[in-house]
Amino acid sequence: MSGTPSDIKLIYENGIRIDGRKADEMRPLKIEAGVLKRADGSAYLEWGKNKIIAAVYGPRECHPRHMQNPAKAIVQCKYNMMSFSVSDRKRPGPDRRSIEISKIISEALEYVVFTENFPRTSIDVYIEVLQANAGTRVAGLTAASVALADAGIPMKDLVPAVAVGKADGQIVLDLNKEEDNYGSADLPIAMIPRTGEVLLMQMDGHMTMEEVDKALGYAKKACQEIYEVQKDALRRRYAMSGGDAGEDDSSDEEA
Amino acid sequence: MSEDVISQIKKGHIHKLLSMGRRMDGRAADEYRPIIVETGIIESAQGSARVKVGGTDVVVGVKMDIGSPFADTPDRGVLTTNAELIPLASPTFESGPPDPSAIELARVIDRGIRESEMIDLQKLCIVEGEEVWINFVDIYVLDYDGNLFDACFYGAVAALKNTIVPAEEHGKGENYPMPLSHFPIQTTAVKIENSILFDPTLDEEKVADARLSVTTDENGDLRAMQKGLAGALTLDEVKSIIDTSLRLSKGLREIIG
Repeated sequence: MSGTPSDIKLIYENGIRIDGRKADEMRPLKIEAGVLKRADGSAYLEWGKNKIIAAVYGPRECHPRHMQNPAKAIVQCKYNMMSFSVSDRKRPGPDRRSIEISKIISEALEYVVFTENFPRTSIDVYIEVLQANAGTRVAGLTAASVALADAGIPMKDLVPAVAVGKADGQIVLDLNKEEDNYGSADLPIAMIPRTGEVLLMQMDGHMTMEEVDKALGYAKKACQEIYEVQKDALRRRYAMSGGDAGEDDSSDEEA
Repeated sequence: MSEDVISQIKKGHIHKLLSMGRRMDGRAADEYRPIIVETGIIESAQGSARVKVGGTDVVVGVKMDIGSPFADTPDRGVLTTNAELIPLASPTFESGPPDPSAIELARVIDRGIRESEMIDLQKLCIVEGEEVWINFVDIYVLDYDGNLFDACFYGAVAALKNTIVPAEEHGKGENYPMPLSHFPIQTTAVKIENSILFDPTLDEEKVADARLSVTTDENGDLRAMQKGLAGALTLDEVKSIIDTSLRLSKGLREIIG
């Protein structure tokens, strides 16, 4: 949160946000599964102005070797922003922020994968942000869990995730870039709707207990909505390939 | 592109087909796979393109900023080309700083664009010796199914053609399209035993002996070349590849726009 300059209005008097949404309304979300040829599983996601590709390789031999676990697979996620995904060019390669995000996403995904089925292996998840507009970590996690399912990896469930926050003193769902930059709180969260389990949660900024309650309520509802979009993407993927989703069929890629 | 091993059976199959003048996917030796070009897909970039050549998929973004010129070219903008072979694109790509293949790839793309004088770098000078536009052409491979050299080149060219110089946000007057003076096209062919194949697939690259990329401009002049891999090409083969490249470049230029 980079402070709240008083001259920036994020919510109008009628309760409508600068992009025309209501406080508890999400940006349009679109997910497509199975978009890459080489990867074992993949997904492309557009969420508002965010554009993200996730790919899964594995289970495969674990590198580096010393990370191997004789009892189960490890999930290694790499979250990366492309240099042109943000307004000032980002230097290519990992930084401290992306390393932290990669770690918490790996942990969230590890929980849903039946890792004990694949001892000594690694399941590698790559998240590439082509265009960023706030909420890329939750968008990346949302896409990654669809890519895992597309790879045919046995999982307990999909992982929908969303960010809630506070802008102009109000709790708002799915922060846009302006609300993220000038708002006063940000709370990214991943939750399995079926069980209510929270797999990723961070928070920064300033919120009262009541506000946190309200934010979590918004997030719970949104995760249900995102979950439906995730399932729909997988359903369409399987319908298209006649149940044979693991094979190369680049014909289903959109231009 | 260090790729994994190829099975003896597949290798034998490719060789056997070629001895009958055929390719695994049924293409003619000088035939490209379908090329799909999409531009303006990244709003946060000044120019962008996503290009698919068969199963190979790349995204290119152009970012522009103001900086100092190089001392030996005080009146010219700066071009920087970078290619990232990210592990999302292939089971054999690893994260980390660019390896020699990625560096060769980026330098070949850079050379084709620079030597063809595609960008009028003089028009990207703001104050001689002090302020010029810096172009970052950043290439990311998303899916690797052979012939990265051409896919990345077409992506870079399409993204540059789509670039708007962001003068307004830097207080340098109105935005204007990237000043371009030429339209280079590159083709890449590999030699497998005695066959010359354009636009090699990944499997063809794995058994290739030599590779030659040729960049020509819209006047039919040669602008850049790069020979790669450990095999040899005869002078006749080189000439034949250049001739074919020139012939193919017309059709490719129409596709890239």
